[in-house]
Amino acid sequence: MSKLYSGAEVVFKCLEDQGVEFIFGYPGGAVLPIYDELKNHSSIKHILVRHEQGAGHAAEGYARSSGKPGVVLVTSGPGATNVVTALTDAYMDSVPLVCISGQVPTHLIGTDAFQECDTTGITRPCTKHNWLVKDIKDLSKTLHEAFRVATTGRPGPVLVDIPKDIQFAKISYSKPKIQKKLNGKSLNIFSQKDIDNLIDLMNKSKKPIFYSGGGVINSGPEASESLRELVQLTGFPITSTLQGLGAYPGDDNQFLGMLGMHGTYEANNAMHDCDLLINIGARFDDRITGKIDEFSPNSKKVHIDIDPSSINKIIKVDLALVGDVNDVLKGINKTLKSKKIDLNKSNKQKISKWWEQIQKWRTKNSLNFKNSDENIKPQHAVQRLYELTKDKDTFITTEVGQHQMWAAQHYKFNKPNRWMTSGGLGTMGYGLPAAVGVQIAHPKKLVIDIAGEASVLMTMQEMSTAVQYNLPIKIFILNNQYMGMVRQWQELLHEKNYSESYSEALPDFIKLAEAYGCKGIMADKPSELDEKIKEMVQFDGPVIFDCRVDPNENCFPMIPSGKPHNQMILGPSEKEENKITGKGKALV
Amino acid sequence: MANPKSAYSVSTKKEKSDKHIIVVWVDNEAGVLARVVGLFSGRGYNIESLAVAEVDAKKNISRITIVTTGTPQVIDQIKLQLRKLVPVHKVADFKRNDKSVIFKEMALFKVVGNSNKIKKAINACKKYNAVILDKTKKSNVIQITALRREIDKMSKNLKKFGLVSVSRTGAVAMTRGDKVFN
Repeated sequence: MSKLYSGAEVVFKCLEDQGVEFIFGYPGGAVLPIYDELKNHSSIKHILVRHEQGAGHAAEGYARSSGKPGVVLVTSGPGATNVVTALTDAYMDSVPLVCISGQVPTHLIGTDAFQECDTTGITRPCTKHNWLVKDIKDLSKTLHEAFRVATTGRPGPVLVDIPKDIQFAKISYSKPKIQKKLNGKSLNIFSQKDIDNLIDLMNKSKKPIFYSGGGVINSGPEASESLRELVQLTGFPITSTLQGLGAYPGDDNQFLGMLGMHGTYEANNAMHDCDLLINIGARFDDRITGKIDEFSPNSKKVHIDIDPSSINKIIKVDLALVGDVNDVLKGINKTLKSKKIDLNKSNKQKISKWWEQIQKWRTKNSLNFKNSDENIKPQHAVQRLYELTKDKDTFITTEVGQHQMWAAQHYKFNKPNRWMTSGGLGTMGYGLPAAVGVQIAHPKKLVIDIAGEASVLMTMQEMSTAVQYNLPIKIFILNNQYMGMVRQWQELLHEKNYSESYSEALPDFIKLAEAYGCKGIMADKPSELDEKIKEMVQFDGPVIFDCRVDPNENCFPMIPSGKPHNQMILGPSEKEENKITGKGKALV
Repeated sequence: MANPKSAYSVSTKKEKSDKHIIVVWVDNEAGVLARVVGLFSGRGYNIESLAVAEVDAKKNISRITIVTTGTPQVIDQIKLQLRKLVPVHKVADFKRNDKSVIFKEMALFKVVGNSNKIKKAINACKKYNAVILDKTKKSNVIQITALRREIDKMSKNLKKFGLVSVSRTGAVAMTRGDKVFN
C-alpha cells in the first residue's frame, strides 16, 4: 500500500509539483493543519502579510512581474472575506492567482459556526472558478485543476476552499501528469485566412493604428518581441492601454503614448481618425473608448484576443482573431515575411500623410505642464524619478488616482512586466502590497510604488511585511493632501464642492517610516528633489518618500466623461468651454 | 436593454430585442445553478423562466433551459460568457419563434368549487393535454402542458371556475425531427 498523506500534506505536494516557490498568507484557526505542515517543505517560502488583502495584492504583484501564478493562503471567514477585493482586482485585470482558504469542518458547514462564511458563494462572481473540497479524494485533482484554470486562456483568480477535517484526513498521493500549458493551440480559433484578411486590410489602409493592451503582457515576454517586430515590419503607429505599457518601448518614435481618458492628444486623435484599428489583447474598456457612438467612427476594426467573449462585447469589429496574442502575432509576422510584404516600404507613401498628421498632433505636447520653482509639480516629480531610475531595470507599481495617471504618462517603460497597476477595479491600496510581491519575485531589482497619500494609507500595514523580509521597496508618495482624482472630478463636475476629499490629519510619514523600522525621506522643494530621489534609490532597505507636491494640480489631458476622443481638455485653461454637461455628468 | 453595455453607451442606435431560449448542459454539481443564474443577474441579463434537472445520471449532466430577452449582441454575450464557466459543456440558443423547435411548459391548477364549476374548468383545459391528478368532491388538481401565453391565458380564465392555486414550470425545449442540439 502506498503511503498515506494528510490533506495538508497533499496541499504542499500539489504546490511542489506546480513549482510554487512563494505563498502569501495569514494563518488562522481553519488553516492551522496547513500551517503546521509548512516546516516540512523547504522549497516553499511563506510570506506573512499583515492583512489578507495585502496577501492578494502581493500575489498579484508577484504574478504580474514574474509571469507565474501567485498563491494565497488564508483562513476561513474574515480571512476569506478580506481577500475578496484582491480576487476581484485580479479578475478584472486577468492576473493568475490561486487562493487556498480554510473552511470550518464539513459537519459544521451551514451552522453559522465560528469564522464560517459561504466562501465559494461570496467569491463566485470574482473568480474564474472556485471549489469547495468536501472529499479528501478530490483534493489533489482539484488543486491541480485550479492551477490549470488560473493560468490557461485568459488568466484569472481561482479559489479552493478546504474544510479543516479534509486537511486532517488521510489519502495516498501520486504525482499527476502535468498537462502541457494549454495557453497555446487548443484556444487558438483563428485561421491563416483571418491573417490573410488582416494583411489585406493593412495593405489597403492609409491611416492605420495598433492599440495594444494587457493581453500582450499576459501572453509572455515573447509576445512583446513579436509585437515590436510587427510594428517595425509595418511602420504603423502604436498606442497602448494602461495595462499594456511596456509591451512596446515607451521611448520609441512609433509609440504615441497611452490612449484613453488621460491618454495623449496624438493617441486619442489617431484612434478617432484612423481607418484601420488593430486591437491587440485589449478589451475596449470604457476608459479607452469614451463615447461609444463616436468611437473611431471611420475605421475598420480588428480584434485579437484570447477570450471569445471579449469580441463584440462593447465594440463591434470587422475581423476577430481569437487566440493567444503571441501565436497570432507570430503568424502575422511569418506571413508578412514569407510573402515578402514589406509594408514599411510599400506603404510608406500611403501612410506618410498619416504620420504628418500625427506629428501635428504631437506638437500640441499634450503632457506638458507649467513647472514651478517653488512647488514640486507631481508630473515633474515622476519625470525626475524616471530620469534618475531609467538606467536600472526598475519595476513600478502604483496606487489608484492622479498619481497613477501621472506615472503612466511620464514614466516610460521599455520592457513588459515592469508596470503593475490596478486598472480594471481601480483599487486604492494596491501598490504597496503589490510592490512587496514584485520585490519577492525580483529581490535584486529596484521596486518603486508611485503612490498617493490617501491610497497608501489603505494598506500601509504591509510596510511591516517589507521590513520583516528585508524587502527594499521604495514608496514614493506624491503627497497633495487630497484624494486628488476625487478632488479633480469635484472641481470639474460639482462646482468645487470638495466634499470629504481633503486628507485631514495625515500622519507624519517620516515618523511613520521610522516606526515601521524603515527610512523616511521628505522633499518639498524642487531644488532638493533630485538629491533626495538619489538618496532613496541608494538606500539599501525600504523607504517611505513623502514628496509634498502642489495640491491643486490636475491631471491633463483628459477626455471629459461622455465625450469622444477628439474632444479632449488639454489643460486648466480649456475647462470652461468644455464643461461636462447633461448625461456625461452621470457617468463615472 | 441597452445594446453595447458600457459606462459610455449613451446609445442612439437601438437594436431589436428578441426572445431566446438558451439551453445549457452542465456538470450536475453543487453550486452550478448559482453560477449560471449569478452570471445572468451579475451582468444584468434577465431570466423569464428557468427549468433545470439532471438528464444523464451516468455522466452527471444536467440540462438548464433559460428563456431570456435580448438584442443579438446581448444574446451572443450570454452564450460566450456561459461557455467560459468551467462546468458548462455546451450551449445552444433558439429564437422563440423558431418553427423547428418545440417549447413546452407545464402547469398545475387547483380548482375548488361545485361540480359544475369544476367540470367547466376541466373542459376549458381539454385542448392542453389536461390530466386530472387529484379529485375530491369539492376540488380538482388539473395538469396541463402548453405554451407560456396559453398558460397565462388559462390562469386568467379559470378564475371564474374557482381557481385557487397555480404552480408552473419554466419552458423546456427540443428540436423537431431527428436533429440533436449541438
